[in-house]
Amino acid sequence: MPQRLPAPTEIEITALIDRHLSLEGPLLPILHAIQERFGHVPANAQPLIAAALNISKAEVHGVVSFYHDFREVPAGRHVVKICRAEACQAMGANALADETLAKLGIAWHGTTANGAVTVEPVYCLGLCACAPAAMVDDRVVGRVDRARMTALLREVGA
Amino acid sequence: MKDFILPNDRDMGTPAKMGPPVTLLIDGFEVTVPEGTSVMRAAAEAGIQVPKLCATDSVEAFGSCRLCVVEIEGRRGTPASCTTPVAPGMVVRTQSDTVRKIRRGVMELYISDHPLDCLTCAANGDCELQDMAGAVGLRDVRYQPEKTHFQPRNTSGEVNPQFIPKDTSNPYFTYDPAKCIVCSRCVRACEEVQGTFALTIEGRGFDSRVSFGAKTDTAMESDCVSCGACVQACPTATLQEKSVIELGTPQKSVITTCAYCGVGCSFKAELNGDQLVRMVPYKHGKANRGHSCVKGRFAYGYATHQDRILKPMIRDRIDQPWQEVSWDAALRFAADRMRGLQEKYGRRSIGVITSSRCTNEETYLVQKLARGVFMNNNTDTCARVCHSPTGYGLGQTFGTSAGTQDFDSVEHTDVVIVIGANPTDGHPVFASRLKKRLRAGARLIVIDPRRIDLVKSAHIKAAYHLPLRPGTNVAVVSALSHVIVTEGLMDEAFIRERCDWDEFQDYAAFIADPRHSPEANEMLTGVPAADLRAAARLFATGGNGAIYYGLGVTEHSQGSTTVIAIANLAMLTGNVGRKGVGVNPLRGQNNVQGSCDMGSFPHELPGYRHVKGAEVRAVFEEAWGVTIDPEPGLRIPNMLDAAVEGTFKGLYCQGEDILQSDPDTKHVAAGLAAMDCVIVHDLFLNETANYAHVFLPGSTFLEKDGTFTNAERRINRVRRVMAPRNGYADWEVTQLLARAMGADWHYTHPSQIMDEIALTTPSFAGVNYAVLEEKGSVQWPCNAANPEGTPLMHVDGFVRGKGRFIVTEYVATEERTGPRFPLLLTTGRILSQYNVGAQTRRTANVAWHDQDVLEIHPHDAELRGVNDGDFVRLASRSGDTTLRATITDRVSPGVVYTTFHHPDTQANVITTDFSDWATNCPEYKVTAVQVSPSNGPSDWQEGYNAQAALARRILPAAE
Repeated sequence: MPQRLPAPTEIEITALIDRHLSLEGPLLPILHAIQERFGHVPANAQPLIAAALNISKAEVHGVVSFYHDFREVPAGRHVVKICRAEACQAMGANALADETLAKLGIAWHGTTANGAVTVEPVYCLGLCACAPAAMVDDRVVGRVDRARMTALLREVGA
Repeated sequence: MKDFILPNDRDMGTPAKMGPPVTLLIDGFEVTVPEGTSVMRAAAEAGIQVPKLCATDSVEAFGSCRLCVVEIEGRRGTPASCTTPVAPGMVVRTQSDTVRKIRRGVMELYISDHPLDCLTCAANGDCELQDMAGAVGLRDVRYQPEKTHFQPRNTSGEVNPQFIPKDTSNPYFTYDPAKCIVCSRCVRACEEVQGTFALTIEGRGFDSRVSFGAKTDTAMESDCVSCGACVQACPTATLQEKSVIELGTPQKSVITTCAYCGVGCSFKAELNGDQLVRMVPYKHGKANRGHSCVKGRFAYGYATHQDRILKPMIRDRIDQPWQEVSWDAALRFAADRMRGLQEKYGRRSIGVITSSRCTNEETYLVQKLARGVFMNNNTDTCARVCHSPTGYGLGQTFGTSAGTQDFDSVEHTDVVIVIGANPTDGHPVFASRLKKRLRAGARLIVIDPRRIDLVKSAHIKAAYHLPLRPGTNVAVVSALSHVIVTEGLMDEAFIRERCDWDEFQDYAAFIADPRHSPEANEMLTGVPAADLRAAARLFATGGNGAIYYGLGVTEHSQGSTTVIAIANLAMLTGNVGRKGVGVNPLRGQNNVQGSCDMGSFPHELPGYRHVKGAEVRAVFEEAWGVTIDPEPGLRIPNMLDAAVEGTFKGLYCQGEDILQSDPDTKHVAAGLAAMDCVIVHDLFLNETANYAHVFLPGSTFLEKDGTFTNAERRINRVRRVMAPRNGYADWEVTQLLARAMGADWHYTHPSQIMDEIALTTPSFAGVNYAVLEEKGSVQWPCNAANPEGTPLMHVDGFVRGKGRFIVTEYVATEERTGPRFPLLLTTGRILSQYNVGAQTRRTANVAWHDQDVLEIHPHDAELRGVNDGDFVRLASRSGDTTLRATITDRVSPGVVYTTFHHPDTQANVITTDFSDWATNCPEYKVTAVQVSPSNGPSDWQEGYNAQAALARRILPAAE
C-alpha cells in the first residue's frame, strides 16, 4: 500500500517557509524544501506560500505547474524515470516504456498498487551515448533493455 | 481589437514612452519617436501596422508570438519589433520575403491548433487572429495535428485530455480555453494594468494554459475582480463578454463617461443601433487611461431593468397606491401642490435636493429651480453627507474646494498616504494606477481602522499601517505633524515662500506641544507611537508626498478639522503645487464635484460664491431675470428638522435616496412623512419614494447629453447613446416642472445650459461643448487665464494667496462606547456594489455581494458567541437591525464594519445624527454599537418592509 502519512499541517509548512524567507527569490527554494520534506507540494501549502511572499495564489500555481518535478501527490517509495528524448526514442525507449507501464499496470506518473514505484517520463538525462537511459531515484542507468528494466523493477520491489 | 469609428483608437502595439527624440527609417519613411519606443510602435506612428498577436499597447512587450519580426539593416536575423527599441538612424523593413515567410509559418502553426468556426464565433469581425491570418496572407495550413486543445474528442471518439470546457462562472464574461492562443496578454493585463495577479500560465510547452487562480479555481473562485482588463486584452474569443456572445459584434461606438464613482472613467459605449452591446474603457480617457472596474465595465444592466419606472405617478397621500398619469397631469399636480404650499406656509417652505449622479447641467437647473422659481435658497446635495468638509477645509486652507492634482500625478509620487479611503473597492481604477506606482517603488502609508487590501495584497505592502480607533483621525494626523515639526523635518523654504509665516509660527507652537505627540496619543488612537513616528519621517523625507483621502476622513464630527490637518501636513512638507504631490479627496459619486461646483449648497451660488454677495447675486439676477434671496437656505438635516417641526412642506428630490443613504433613518422617515409634497425624480421606486407624492421617472446616463466633473475637477462629456425610455432626459423634466410653475425656460440642448454656466461662473468661463469636443475634457478653472484648463492647482502660489495653517484641536465625538454599546461601528463600500445599490443591486454584480455583512474580530465574536455566517442583531442608541456576521481580523478588536448597499439591512438606522461641526456632514464612520446573536429580522426591519411594500403599490393607468 502507498504510504499514508498524515497531511502536513500549516504549522509545519509555515516553519519551512520561514526558514527561506531571507533568500533572494525564495519561491523555488521553498518549493524544493517542501517537496523534500513531504515528498510533494501539498495543495494547502500554496496559499501559505502566496501569503508569505506577498504574491497571488495564481502565481504560485503557475510556478508549481511549470516544473514537472514538483508533485501534487506523494510518489511511491522509488521513482523510475524513463528517458523519452530523441536519442533514447531512436534506441527503442518508447517500446521499453510501453512494456514497463503495461507490466506494472499503470500510466505515466502512476504509482504501483503496493506503493513501491512511480514511473515518470524524463526528457534527456544526458546519457544519449548509452541510450535508452533511465534513472532510479538518484541513480542514472544506461543501455536499459527489457532484462535490465526487469532487474531494476525487482530491485525497487515493484 | 477592431477600431470602431474612432481613427485615433488604433492599437499601437506597445506602450508610449517618454524620452529624447530618436529618428529612424521604417520602410523608407522617416519617423521620430521618444527614446525607448519599440520599433513596432514607431512603425505604427508612421501608419505602418506590423502584424502582431502577443503585443498590445496596454501592456509591455513580451516577444512570444514571433509574428512581428522585421529586418533591420546591420543586424543579424529577424528581431521582434515589439521588444526591439528604436535607435538613431536605424533602417527597418517590415516587409520582405523572409519576414513574410516567417509570419506565414507562425500563423500556420497557430491555426493548426485553433477551431475554424469563425462564422459562428463570438469574436467574428473583432478577432485579431482572424485579422492577422488575413494580414500575413495565410492560404493553407499544412499541419494535420494529432493532438489539439479544441476538440472535445478525437476522431475515434476518445476524450481529449487537453480539452478544457468553457468557464462561464463569471456573470459577465466567459473563458473558452479552446480558442486560446496563449499569448498571455490577459495574464499581463491582470498584472500590469489591474494589479490583481489573478491569472497565470499553468504548465509548460504544449500544456501551457491560461488559468484563473489556483489549480481548481474557476474565474469566480479566483482572486479575479472582474475589471475586464483581460477581456479587453484578449485578441480572440477566449475571454469574451457574454453580452457580445448574446447580441453580436457592435458596429458603432460613442465616447461617454461612467456614472459610478468620482474617478470618472471615459468609456466607449459600443452599440448596434440603440442596443448597448458593451462598455469598453477608452484609451484616451485622461482619468482612467484605458482601464475600468467591474461597475463601469459591466454593471450597466440597471438601465433596462424591469424595475425601472417609465411613467409618471402621483398620489394624494403616501398610504395610497400610486396612480400612473400623463406627464402633463403629474407636472400640473406637482406644480400646483408646491405653489399651494408656498402660499400657505411661505416662500421658504419648499426646497430641492440636487443629484450628484446627474449632469452638471441638470444640477445647475435644479438649483436654479430653487433660486429662480421657488425664490429661496433651499437647495442641498448629497455632498452634504460625504465631502462637504473637503469643500470647507480646503477652501479655508488653500482657497479652493477641490483636489489639487490630476490622477496622472500619481505616476510621479514617491510616498503616498491613504487615509480613510479604500481605493481598491471604492475607486478601483485609481487604485490600479496607484498600485502600479507602488510596484514601481513608491512607499505607502495607510491610516485606516481596517486592514484594507492596499495594506497587503499581491506585490503591494504598505510601509506602515496605522490602525487607528474610529474617530481619532485628528489626533493621528496632528501627531504626524507634531513629529515633523518637533524633529525639524518641515520644508521651511516652502512655508516661508508660500504660506503665512506668522500663522505657521502659531501653528508650530500649538502642534509642538507634547500633548500632540504620538506617545501621548497612543492609548487614545491605538496607533503604536514608533510606527507613527516612522511614518511621519518617511512622509517628510521620502520625496514627493501625496495624500489621498476619502469619506473615512470627512464623515466624522471633526471631518472638517481632519481635512484641515491634512492640508497642514501637505503644506508643512512642501507637498503642494507640482506633480506627484498634493491633497486629493477621492470623491464618492460621479458628479459630486460638479454638483458642488454648480451651486447646490444652500449658501453658495455656482462657483462657490456666497449668496450673501450682492455682486454675485447680481450676475445671476441679470441672467435669470429674478431677484435672488440673500439668505442662505436649509441644509438637508435642517430641511428634515424643519419638516418635523411643520415649517418645511415640499421637496423636489432628484436622483438621490436620502432615506437609505442619510444617517438616522428613523429621523429621515419622520421628516419625509411630515411633508405634504415630496417629488422623487429617479430611475426606480427607491426608499425615499415610499414617502413621495409625485414620482417623475428619471433617465440614465446613457440617455442624455451633459457633463460630469470628476474628483480631479475634470469636466467630461456624457453623450446620449439611446433615447430616454421614460420620454425625457432629466434636465427636460426639471425644465417642464419649472415651466409648470410659471418659469420661462427654453433650453433645447444641455450645451445651452453649459453656456449659461460659463457666462455666470468665472472658473467655467472657458468651458463649452465645442472645447470639450476638441480637447476631450478640461479641468476647471478653465477661463481666459487658463484656456487649457488646470491639471495642477496652486502651482505658483495658493489660490487664496498665502497657504493658511489652522490649529487642529482634537475633540472627541459625543458618540462614545460604554457598557451598553461597547463596540465601534464604521461603514464603507465594497467593490461590486455602489452607494445605496439602486443600480448595482439590479445587475449581476449581486453575484459577489448579495447582502450586507458585518465584519467582526474573532475575539469580539467569541465573547458574544457569534459564529461565521450567523445572523446577528446590531444595535445602537438610534436603532437596530439584523444582518449576517463574517469573522475576520481585518478589523481590530472593538471595531465592527459593514456596508450600506442593501435596503433590507438599512445600516443607517444604526447611525446617529451627530455631524461635522462646520458642515453638518454626518458621522457615519463612528457609531457605538452592540452585537448579539439573533434569529432573524428585527421588528423595525419587518415594519419597514411592510410599509415599503404598501407604499410601492401601483394602480394601472386609468383608461
